[in-house]
Amino acid sequence: MQNNLLASLKEHQNKLLTTWSQLLQANGSTDGATEEEESKEFAALLLDALHYSNGNTDSDELEKVHDLLIGISSSRGRRGFSPRENAQYLIAFKEAASKILSEVESDPSKLYTANLQLSTILDNMAILTFESYMKGREDVISRQIDEISEISTPVIRVWDGVVALPIIGTLDSSRTQVVMENLLQQIVDTGSSIAILDISGVPAVDSLVAQHLIKTVSATRLMGAECIISGIRPEIAQTVVHLGIDLTGIITKASLASALQTAFDMLQLTVVKRK
Amino acid sequence: MTTATSKEELLIVKEQDVVPLRNRVKEYGVKIGMSILNQTKLITATSELVRNLLKYGGGGKVIIESVSNGRDQGVRVTFIDNGPGIKDISLAMKDGYSTGKSLGLGLPGTKRLVNEFDIQTELGNGTTVTIIKWKNG
Amino acid sequence: MGDFLLVTIQVDLYDQLAENLESDLINTINKNNSKGVLIDISAVSIIDSFMGRILGNIAVMSKIMDAQTVVVGMQPAVAITLVELGLSLNGVISALNVEKGMDLLRAKMYNGDNEEQTYDDSNQ
Repeated sequence: MQNNLLASLKEHQNKLLTTWSQLLQANGSTDGATEEEESKEFAALLLDALHYSNGNTDSDELEKVHDLLIGISSSRGRRGFSPRENAQYLIAFKEAASKILSEVESDPSKLYTANLQLSTILDNMAILTFESYMKGREDVISRQIDEISEISTPVIRVWDGVVALPIIGTLDSSRTQVVMENLLQQIVDTGSSIAILDISGVPAVDSLVAQHLIKTVSATRLMGAECIISGIRPEIAQTVVHLGIDLTGIITKASLASALQTAFDMLQLTVVKRK
Repeated sequence: MTTATSKEELLIVKEQDVVPLRNRVKEYGVKIGMSILNQTKLITATSELVRNLLKYGGGGKVIIESVSNGRDQGVRVTFIDNGPGIKDISLAMKDGYSTGKSLGLGLPGTKRLVNEFDIQTELGNGTTVTIIKWKNG
Repeated sequence: MGDFLLVTIQVDLYDQLAENLESDLINTINKNNSKGVLIDISAVSIIDSFMGRILGNIAVMSKIMDAQTVVVGMQPAVAITLVELGLSLNGVISALNVEKGMDLLRAKMYNGDNEEQTYDDSNQ
């Protein structure tokens, strides 16, 4: 059908590409050669799709363009473009196309329809780039969360019957779960009757963190092992008292060394210096 | 948006129905690959609520469903009784409160074990409690 | 097992069974004049408030009859769940496994120690 304006854009592909790249240069969301290749491929595919879909804003051909676009936007994302710049990339295309449309067609009503279709298609694509950008970010974040929770709770066997777990970073409720699970499982696996929880690496202890610590100690005791909390820095002792947190039921020590000493006492062990 | 995929309904009228119910709930948890810890929390919560259902509601029915919210899968358990209902919900949800001869940590304790907890009750018209435990919750 | 009684719970109990366990156990303590009771719960996958109360009851009842109760082999997931639920099992002494539970009972009998403490921390 000849009467669809968008379909006829294909004939002006080169002109469109030039206008588009001028616009991109003007708003600064371009980075040269790689992009030129991408843009060429994208424009060719999109114009083809527009040609074949003939005014339909939701065709199979456009789906293919979406796939390419997701690839382009993630590659742009890796090259450091913000999602805003990715959207501008498409908006610039829309502007360029719209400019060419007004050059080849003078009938306002036809022009209006074509522009409306163009907007629908490209706005859709802009949303798509945002979504794929967000999804990419979310994947990275969830992978990092998994990694952090795995590397951040190493349980160390410091002596026969004594395990230690240094906590580094903030202790929130999901982290507490992981800490508790790992600690208790290690207690069972090693048959250790004493666990030392070292909080030297915890930046601050508020009432919530204290509650998590108390829970961990209670769970350890329920299993039949004792739990010592070490690494209480002076500022932590101060905040604990100022906040009115009751840690009296818990054995607390300033350093890991003194916690270990306490553990030895409990196990009735003595460390002596050889003469 | 939470959507349910598979679903089943069990009638609970006597104590002996509790263990089969727990087992069914556990199977639902295992099916979606829930960790042992989350399974244990879910089954314990189920156990607490079904005990309430028997004691205060005089029995009722329990619906177990596999649910999904797009990001995570979970198990939803709904407890429906036609008992007398609960007079003061905020009081019943307070730690340490109990009318029966239990330890008084039924509802608030149970709430801490699951990710979502909803209770609807009307005097004389029974109580419906719905809980969801997400696989990674 | 000498003065000690070892009870292994193999299945998840429903209420009536748990109550039966309570009375059976107390009667056996009386009959054998046992001085210590070990309850092995390593096969128990959940403890709810009812079950927790039964364990607490057994501990208190046996204590009045001059026998010490030690619960052994609690699963990590069960311990975490109990803590979240807010159940502290007051009065119940626990040990990691049967062996450590026996040691604990023996130590308690020789010391005549009636404190509800796993360890003597007088040197704190």
